[in-house]
Amino acid sequence: MTLDVNTKAVVKNAYRITKHRGKTALRIRIPGGYLKAKHFDLLKEIAEVYGDGIVHLTTRQGFEISGIDYSSIPKVNSLINPLLQDLEIDIGVIIKDTSNGYPSAGTRNIAACIGNRVCPFANYNTTALAQRIEKEIYPNDYHVKVALTGCPNDCIKSRMNDFGIVGMVEPQYDYQRCIGCEACVKNCKSNVTGALSLHKGKVKRDARRCIGCGECILKCPTAAWTRNPVKFYDILIMGRTGKKNPRIAEEFIQWADEDVVIKVIKNTYRFIDEHIDKTLPKEHIGYIVDRTGYQVFRDKALEDIKLNPEARIAKNIQWGGFRYSSDVFMSDKLQ
Amino acid sequence: MGWKFTNTAFNDLFAGLTEDYIILAPKRFVNRGRFSDTDLIRYDEVKKSDDIIWKEKSTFSPKEAVFPVTQTLFYFTEEAFREPQPEEKQYLVFLRPCDINGIRRPDTINLKNGPEPDSYYANLRKRVRFVMIECTESFDNCFCVSMKSNITSDYDMAVRLTDDKVLLEIKNDDFLRYIRSDIPKIEFRPEFVLENKIKVNVPEVDEMPAGVYEHEMWNEYKSRCIACGRCNTTCVTCTCHTTNDIFYDDNSLAGERRRTWASCHVDGFTDMAGGISFRKDNGSRMRFKVLHKIYDYRKRFGEHMCVGCGRCDDNCPEYISYSGCINTLNKVIRETVS
Ligand code: HEM
Ligand code: SF4
Ligand code: SF4
Ligand code: SF4
Ligand code: SF4
Ligand code: SF4
Repeated sequence: MTLDVNTKAVVKNAYRITKHRGKTALRIRIPGGYLKAKHFDLLKEIAEVYGDGIVHLTTRQGFEISGIDYSSIPKVNSLINPLLQDLEIDIGVIIKDTSNGYPSAGTRNIAACIGNRVCPFANYNTTALAQRIEKEIYPNDYHVKVALTGCPNDCIKSRMNDFGIVGMVEPQYDYQRCIGCEACVKNCKSNVTGALSLHKGKVKRDARRCIGCGECILKCPTAAWTRNPVKFYDILIMGRTGKKNPRIAEEFIQWADEDVVIKVIKNTYRFIDEHIDKTLPKEHIGYIVDRTGYQVFRDKALEDIKLNPEARIAKNIQWGGFRYSSDVFMSDKLQ
Repeated sequence: MGWKFTNTAFNDLFAGLTEDYIILAPKRFVNRGRFSDTDLIRYDEVKKSDDIIWKEKSTFSPKEAVFPVTQTLFYFTEEAFREPQPEEKQYLVFLRPCDINGIRRPDTINLKNGPEPDSYYANLRKRVRFVMIECTESFDNCFCVSMKSNITSDYDMAVRLTDDKVLLEIKNDDFLRYIRSDIPKIEFRPEFVLENKIKVNVPEVDEMPAGVYEHEMWNEYKSRCIACGRCNTTCVTCTCHTTNDIFYDDNSLAGERRRTWASCHVDGFTDMAGGISFRKDNGSRMRFKVLHKIYDYRKRFGEHMCVGCGRCDDNCPEYISYSGCINTLNKVIRETVS
C-alpha cells in the first residue's frame, strides 16, 4: 500500500522524516537527562522490535530510535506510555492523551548537567529545576532550547542555548572565622575572576567581580565562607549554533532567583506569540530577537515580574559570534 | 545523683540555664554546608535542647568555645594600649568525652607550657563549664578507645538522650538549683564507648628511631596532601596560632594585636625573618603533624596530644587517613627497632 503520511503531524509527534523512505525515527525526551535505569528495557525493546536495533544518544540528552516504519507509529506510541507517565505526567506536565505519544516537539528537551545530586561544584539541583521548567513550558510548538548547568563551569554548554541557566551562590563571609590561609584568594585568582584579595590577614570580596561560582566556599577550611541558602541564577540568553550566526549566549540577568527564571522563560513564549513571523513554517527565538532588538525582548521578558533585589539586568547585549556571511542580515532588495 | 526529664521538661531546664549561661552545642546551619543543599554542623549558641544536634558529629570541634578563631588581645594608639573589657559571661558547653579530654590539650599548652599561663586563654577558660553528652556508640572514624580518651570524669553534668526521655547526672552542686522539684530523681551514671570500629596501634616508644624522620612512608603525602589545613582546623587539640598587629585603615597609628588560628599544613606556617621557611613539601608537614600528635607532645606532657576524635579523617578532602598513617608508622617503627 502506498504510504500517505502527514509529515507535519509526524514531526509534531517527535518523529523525524528521515532520508530512508518509509522509515522514521523517534526522539525520546528526558528532562534534565535524568532517567531511571529501568527504562532501558523499554528502549531496547522498541529499538529491536520496531527499529533497526540502534539507539542514538542525542546532543540534548535524549535518545533517538531509528529505522521505525511509519506504520508502527501507533504501536510505538502506545509502548512509550510508561515513559510519558514517569518522565512527564509524574513531574506535573499535562498531556491530555497519553496513548498517542509526544504531543509536541518544538520546545526541545531541557538538558542539564548532573548538578548537586552528585557534583561538588554544583550550586543547585539541576534535575529538580529541569522538571519544574518542563512542567511550565512543555508541550509547546515554539522552538526554544533551555539548558541548565550547576555552576559557571557550564559542563552542559548552556551557552549554546536560547536559555542557559547557571547556578550562582552568594558566598557569605564570617570575619571572625577566617584564618587568612588564602586558599580562597589564590583559587579565585588562578581559576576564576580574582574577586578576592587578602587585606590584613582577612579577605575582601569584590562583589562586582564575583560570579558566584562558590569555589571559595569549597576551599575554606574553617567555614568562614558559607552559602547564602537562597539560590541564585545567571540567565544567559540567545546562544545558538546554525547556518547563519552561531554565537554564545550572553548574560541577561545575574543573581536572579528561581521565580524570576521561571517567569522570564514563560514571558518569552508570550514574546514569541507577539513577534514570530507567521509566514514562515517555523522561526527560532534567537532570530526573532535579532529582528526586534534586545530592548523589545527585555521589556516583554520582564513584564509583570517583580525582580528580587539582588538581580542585575543587562543594559544592552551585543551578541558576537561567527557570521557565515554578513549577507544573511540584508534584505533581498533595497526598498 | 540523677534526674529523669521528659523532652518538654528538659527544654524548660534550658530556659533557666540560659539566664545565667550562654549554652554552646553542636548546631545545624541548614544549607550552609560546603556543598549545596547540605548542612553545616558546628558549635554555636543554642537556646533550647531541641536546637542541639545529638546524633551527628560536628564538623568543627568545641575547641572554638575556649579558643576563638580570632581573638583581640589588646587595642593600641600612639600613647596607650588597653585590653578588651574582661568578659563576665559564663558558658556551658555540651560535648562528648573525647572532646572533654581533647580540651585538656589546649589547657595544657596555654596554661602549663611555660612559666606564665596565657591570661587571655585563662580568663575565658575559667568561665566554661562542661555538660558531657553520653557517647555509647562511636561514629565513623572515631578511635578514642585507642587513644584512651573515651572515658572522663571532668564534667559538671552528663546527659543521656533516649527517644522519649532525658537522663541527667549532676556532679557540680551549683546546678542543682535549676532542677524543678517535680522532676523525678533516679540513679543515673553515664556509660562510655568501650570499643571503636577503627583501632589504632600507637607506637610505644620513648625515643623515636632517627630513621623515621627520613622514612619513605612520608613521601606519598607529598603529592596526596593539598595543604588545605582542614585536619588542623577541625581538630580539637590543635592550638597553633599567629599573632599580628593590625593597623586600622582609617588611622594607621591605631590598631590592635590579635591572634588567629594557624595550621601546620598550610603554606606560610614556618615563614621566618630573612624569607626562610621549612617543611616546604606536604609530606614533611604530614610527618610533623603526626609526630606532634602522638610522639613529641607526649614526651613533654605525658599523654598523647591526639584524642582520636577522627575529625581529621572525616574532613580530609583527599581521603588521607591520619589513623591509617599512625598504623603504618607503628609498623615502620617496629621494623626499624627490630
Ligand atoms: C635569619 C634570621 C632569623 C631567624 C632564622 C629567626 C628564627 C626564628 C625562629 C625559628 C623563631 C621561632 C618561631 C616560632 O616559634 O614559630 C623566631 C621567633 C621570633 N623572632 Fe626570629 N629569626 C630571625 C631574625 C629575627 C630578627 C632580626 C628579629 C627581630 C629584630 C626576630 C624576632 C623574632 C621574634 C620577636 C620572634 C617571636 C618570639 C616568640 O614568639 O616568642 N627574629 N625567630
Ligand atoms: S556545570 Fe558545574 S555543577 Fe554541572 S557538572 Fe559541571 S562542574 Fe558540576
Ligand atoms: S564565588 Fe567564585 S568568583 Fe566569587 S569570590 Fe568565590 S571563588 Fe571568587
Ligand atoms: S579560605 Fe577561608 S580561612 Fe582561608 S583565607 Fe579564605 S576565608 Fe579565610
Ligand atoms: S589529630 Fe585527628 S583524631 Fe586526633 S584529635 Fe585531632 S582531629 Fe581528632
Ligand atoms: S586535611 Fe588532608 S589534604 Fe588537607 S592538609 Fe590535612 S592531610 Fe592535607
